[in-house]
Amino acid sequence: MPRHRSGYLAGMQIRMLLFALYGDLAGVREVEVDVSPGSTARDAVQRLRGLGPAFARLPAEPAVAINQEYAGLDTGLSGGDEVALIPPVAGG
Amino acid sequence: MSVEALITADPIEPRRVLASVGSPDDGAVVLFLGIVRRRNEGREVTRMRYDAYEAMALRVLRELAGEAATTYGATHVITVHRTGDLAVGDVSLAVAVSTPHRADAFAACQWLIDELKQRLPVWKKEHYVDGERWIEGTAPPPGEVAR
Repeated sequence: MPRHRSGYLAGMQIRMLLFALYGDLAGVREVEVDVSPGSTARDAVQRLRGLGPAFARLPAEPAVAINQEYAGLDTGLSGGDEVALIPPVAGG
Repeated sequence: MSVEALITADPIEPRRVLASVGSPDDGAVVLFLGIVRRRNEGREVTRMRYDAYEAMALRVLRELAGEAATTYGATHVITVHRTGDLAVGDVSLAVAVSTPHRADAFAACQWLIDELKQRLPVWKKEHYVDGERWIEGTAPPPGEVAR
């Protein structure tokens, strides 16, 4: 278990990425959140949405990618994971 | 078999894309170009901005190109997606496929574009004379990877 802070139950640092519409809503494209060990992607999204009124505009159940792979919201996280909120895609 | 994928902020050059495919074993080469068009849903587009989760988009593009090559027996597959600010007429996407017979080249190209529309973490914002908006996209399939 990563120890960004001292103690056995140190929180996990998760790097959250916001693209396109979600980046515009939140006003930033990248933010670190601290979640407790055993947290899921859903927990990290919830923590992110609690950071302020702009973040609260983000959807509660966005599509996510963990470390560049699509994943379910109930996937468990590890410290240092990169969680991207993926708006509906429109490539091509 | 060769598979190439590229995400780039530089203009896409179709000639260079074409030069990446084809061999003496191939009887067919299909090149697809996606172009920024002037009108969308009745509004006049002045420019288009493409945003990408670049590292992941590159990974997805590579996977799709590899799968297309394997499924359709293509000898070469190349996909290039542009990012940044594009003008009307600019190429946003290029896909080229070479295969021994034409049906496979058409099918591989079609499949690849259909799939990347569903999965590629890329977004576009249309700019109009009187405003701008993110294009309503497709929700990507939820991940099923248990960790």
